[in-house]
This record gives sequence, C-alpha cells and structure tokens, in this order.
Amino acid sequence: MDAVAATKIGAGIAMFGVAGVGVGLGLIFSALVSSVARNPSARNEVFNLAILGVALTEALGVFALLIALLLLYT
Amino acid sequence: MAAEAFHIRPLEQFELASPGLIGRSVNFTYSNIVMIIGAALVLALLYYGAKPRAVVPGRLQAAAEMAYGFIYDMAVDNIGPEGRAFFPFVFVLFFFVLMGNLLGLVPFGFTYTSHIAVTAALAVLVFVVMTGVALIRHGWSFFGYFVPKGVPVALLVLVVPLEIISYLTRPVSLSIRLFGNMVAGHVMLFVLAGFVVMMGSAGAIGLIGSVAPLALNIAFMGFELLVAVLQAYVFAILTCIYLHDAVHLH
Repeated sequence: MDAVAATKIGAGIAMFGVAGVGVGLGLIFSALVSSVARNPSARNEVFNLAILGVALTEALGVFALLIALLLLYT
Repeated sequence: MAAEAFHIRPLEQFELASPGLIGRSVNFTYSNIVMIIGAALVLALLYYGAKPRAVVPGRLQAAAEMAYGFIYDMAVDNIGPEGRAFFPFVFVLFFFVLMGNLLGLVPFGFTYTSHIAVTAALAVLVFVVMTGVALIRHGWSFFGYFVPKGVPVALLVLVVPLEIISYLTRPVSLSIRLFGNMVAGHVMLFVLAGFVVMMGSAGAIGLIGSVAPLALNIAFMGFELLVAVLQAYVFAILTCIYLHDAVHLH
C-alpha cells in the first residue's frame, strides 16, 4: 500500500488509545459520585481533585489525538 | 462553477509572520506581539485593580484580589508555608499560560502556547527551578528522593531507574500536555470551519446542511474555553505539586 494510505490508516489506529481515557474518566467520576454520596459536605474539595484528575487523564487522550492529527496533516 | 478541490490545511494557522522591518531582522513575530498584549492585560488588571484601595472593593479591585488570592492559596496550600517564596513564579506561569490559551480564541488572536518552543521553554524552566530548589535545600540527599521508603532492597534495582525516568519525563509531559491540547483544539475548530465552507458551497441543500458543523463548532468553541482555563490551572497546580516535592522531598 502507498505511504499516504498507510498514514491515514495509522491515524485511525492511533485513536484507539482514547478508549483508555474514556475508561479512566468513567472511573474518576464514579469515585466522585460515590464519595459525594457518602459525604456530601466534602463536595467542593473532592470536585477540585476530580477536575485535576480529569485534566491529567485527558492529557493522554490529547497525546493520541496529536499523533493522529500529525499523521493526517503533515 | 470551477470544480477545484478544497483542501483543509489546519496546520498552516500556526505559522508565524514577522511584521515590519524590525520584525524580520530580529524575528519579532505575531506570537511575540500577542505575548506583549497578554502581559499588558494582566499588568493592567493588577495595577488598576490595586489603585482604588477601598476596604469594600469595587468590581475591578475584587477581580484583581480574586486573581491574587486564587494563586496565593494554591501556592501556600500545595507547597506549604514556603510557598510564599514561589508565589510570583506560579502567578506568572498561570497567567502567561492563561493569556496564551485565551487570546487564541478571540478573532485575529494567536495561541502562543500552541508552539512547542514556548511550552517546552516553560516546562524546562519549571524543571530547572524544581531541581535547583531541591538541590540547594537538600544537597546530596536530593538523590534519596528516588529511593522510596518501604521498598524491599531486592526491588530497588527496578524501582530507582523507574523513579528517575518518571522524574525526567515531568517536563516532557508538562510541555506536551499544554501544546497538544492547544494544537488539537485549534485544528478541530479549523477543520469544522472547513466543513462549513465545503458544505455551504455545495448548492442550496448544502447551505442548509452546513448549519450542523457550524452548531458543532460553536459548541466546541465553548469546550475550548473550558480547556484553555483548565490547562492553565493544571500547569500551575502541577508546578505547585512538583515544588512541594522539591521543598519537602517526599
């Protein structure tokens, strides 16, 4: 197969990494909901930690997206 | 109608041009102009916010106090009492990154944090500061940071190189997280806008259908605003966490 087709297929394969990010985000928010249900008064503190966790996890998804975009457009 | 192909080239938006004769000789580009605008905005907020000195603050003074208090609390809560010394550093990092991310979402603005040169420079600066602080405070026992407590001696051969590698990848992850978020976000906005143009030029039905990528683009712009603020916050809070590790060595 020629190189252009291979890069486009590679871009599609690179996005498989985002599946792990989806699982990770689900775990973070399930822990957030459980902990707020147990102790509603801790909501603000735990929410800040959850947002920090979301930003760190999404960074890994962005790494995968970056590779896909670089493959597609350069 | 001419049937020439319409190519979406989203990475061209990050190319830099140097305006004027002085610009071209010293490579003073549009990115630098936006950096100066961002710095002027933050300085204006602080200066005009601190001017009234009312005990009951008006809106601008309240905004300046909230900005100061937010970063001060972040630094002192995460680093401890020694965080006061690092407060200006964290303040500058947070607002430099915030302005870079936000000014790119304004029409005719430019996201200077979408260049790996800028984010890598910031990340290397944070790395040098945190390693320097740890070495100056703790001397040679800084290398005890890589030997965590409670690890059996047999596993140390595995754990210590792993700890060293994860320490050395801190600047890499800091820079690529910010750079990747900004590039991916702006490429998505550009590609969706390209779709609007492509559908809009495909006749009457295409014109009506082009509302769909336009609506998606508007929603995505809102998401990009969230990501801009969040990435600035994450950069600052990770800097605070790394400085806590440097100051307290655990």
